[in-house]
Amino acid sequence: MNQKTFTIIDEMGLHARPASALVSAANDYSSAINIVYKGKTVNLKSILGVMSMGIPSGEEFDITAEGADQDAAMEGLENKLKSEGLIA
Amino acid sequence: MKQLHGIAASRGIAIAKAYCLVESDLQVEKKTVADIPKEIERFQSALAASKEELEAIREKAEKEMGVEEAAIFNAQILVSSDPELIDSVENNIKENQLNAESSLEEIANQFITMLEQLDNEYMRERASDIRDVTKRILSHLLDVKVVNLSMINEEVIMIANDLTPSDTAQLNRQFVKAFVTNIGGRTSHSAIMARSMEIPAVVGAEGAVEQVRDGDLVIVDGVKGEVHINPSEDVVAAYKQQQKEMELEKKELEKLLNEKTVTADGEHIELAANIGTPADLAGVKANGAEGIGLYRTEFLYMDRDQLPTEEEQFTAYKKVLEEMNGLPVVVRTLDVGGDKELPYLQLPKEMNPFLGLRAVRLCLKEQEMFRTQLRALLRASKFGSLKIMFPMIATIDEFRHAKSILEEEKQKLVSNNIEVADNIEVGIMVEIPSTAVQADVFAKEVDFFSIGTNDLIQYTMAADRMNETVSYLYQPCNPAILRLVKMVIDAAHNEGKIAGMCGEMAGDETAIPLLLGLGLDEFSMSASSILKSRKLISQLKMSDMKELANEAVGMATAEEVVNAVMNRVQTVNI
Repeated sequence: MNQKTFTIIDEMGLHARPASALVSAANDYSSAINIVYKGKTVNLKSILGVMSMGIPSGEEFDITAEGADQDAAMEGLENKLKSEGLIA
Repeated sequence: MKQLHGIAASRGIAIAKAYCLVESDLQVEKKTVADIPKEIERFQSALAASKEELEAIREKAEKEMGVEEAAIFNAQILVSSDPELIDSVENNIKENQLNAESSLEEIANQFITMLEQLDNEYMRERASDIRDVTKRILSHLLDVKVVNLSMINEEVIMIANDLTPSDTAQLNRQFVKAFVTNIGGRTSHSAIMARSMEIPAVVGAEGAVEQVRDGDLVIVDGVKGEVHINPSEDVVAAYKQQQKEMELEKKELEKLLNEKTVTADGEHIELAANIGTPADLAGVKANGAEGIGLYRTEFLYMDRDQLPTEEEQFTAYKKVLEEMNGLPVVVRTLDVGGDKELPYLQLPKEMNPFLGLRAVRLCLKEQEMFRTQLRALLRASKFGSLKIMFPMIATIDEFRHAKSILEEEKQKLVSNNIEVADNIEVGIMVEIPSTAVQADVFAKEVDFFSIGTNDLIQYTMAADRMNETVSYLYQPCNPAILRLVKMVIDAAHNEGKIAGMCGEMAGDETAIPLLLGLGLDEFSMSASSILKSRKLISQLKMSDMKELANEAVGMATAEEVVNAVMNRVQTVNI
């Protein structure tokens, strides 16, 4: 399993627009991908799950990926987080 | 024959049969089921059918309206294939032996409530996406035919309570000639869509759905905001005539679309458009504007519950600059206060808001807010030809102060290796008499002037423009106003600078000849006035207009000025 911690810098937190982009990106991989925040885990392939977490600016969260393409998934998602301005 | 009144949301006239959009009945009955695998299969096939439909709609929307408008369906497609939603619904079916319809409705409502509680406008938008998707899935489960708008195959006028994005995306543009809705305003989705489709629309026409029947003959007058139901032959004939004239006029004007704006004696004038949001760019292009003379950024700040972020602003400014493809874009920094309130700033009520803490005065006080906007502008500057304009400048100190803040932010960005254009012009709105009178002093320090006539007139005449009892004092052609305008233009030209105008007056047929004669370089107006103005200017001789303007500034009353213009321009017929 590949796991990594990130901090949201976008002032709006993990809001709908970048969240949609992130979920679309996650759906490109076959690995099981989750987002963990304050002990709660949701499927990163679920737009409703991700948004309902309502992660605000400045908060830390983890992404986990497990499966055949887990490393590629982590790299792709990190790039997406950056290009959406969610992380530094 | 009946008549309804509403808000004229999109110009034009349409005459056609009514097509009433009735909401499908999607009442859900809660039942327990024995065959659970069968129920899950029903749910899955309804999901698949919904997703297929959404993908078809997205494709159609992308083709007809562009990627931007189609983006809303990406979100809906994501919702329709959302694993959390699907798992929860399926578990609900299994554990409670519930039928798929009520299981879906329960789970969807949970998500909707959760999102609505997050108290963030983006989330609320997604809640309406879930509602839209849920309706679609339910229609398949219940086997209720959702009206298929893409199947309309004769010319119709759509009558609806309101039109949702998925309704308008499905419309067949060849056949839908106009919209009439019971609710909504000039900025509601249906109004915006009608303008971008260039079909007439009357919104907020109370009683439309109740009073119009399928197949009624309807006339939509998007100029006056009137809807005629089963009108008499005379009314139909009169409207047909008007329709014909408008079409001829439009064709005539369209010939000028890609032409430069040149007077009869060969002087080039710049005609620019005023915009409020990037969505207005379609109209800017469709009307052949030579630039943006006023981008009112306050719309980014309005109708929301917190300040827009730097990123949001950057995205909007970048889009406008890129789409204008190197043509000049004058962005006015935040102009709120007065009649434009931002509730979330919680500013104290003022006795005279028009004379109070507004526009640049507010920005100089709330500097963090101002700096955020300036940073977004500076970062966007490399994507086009940006000019920054400060509104409501009354003293040269205010200008210097605002400009120094801009410089500070620029230096900070540059030292962080962020690219900023090095040719950003910085100018001011001239809308306060003190600034017009001292224009010679300002002209030495600013890069350009843009005269804001709505406020300049109200402050010069000391007449509140929101107060109808003194509306007779709103006199754009009053010689006092013309003298101030002349002072500003002359001062600019003495320093080799440009003087523009971005108030209502710049697009006014009576004022244009005078402004030409006074030497105005750039006229910025609503996009729909551009072609008309281009035609008018092409028929006027600069030398004649100079004479006219010289006489006008010496006249006693606005009436004399207006008559003088009429006499001089009588040959012009637009």
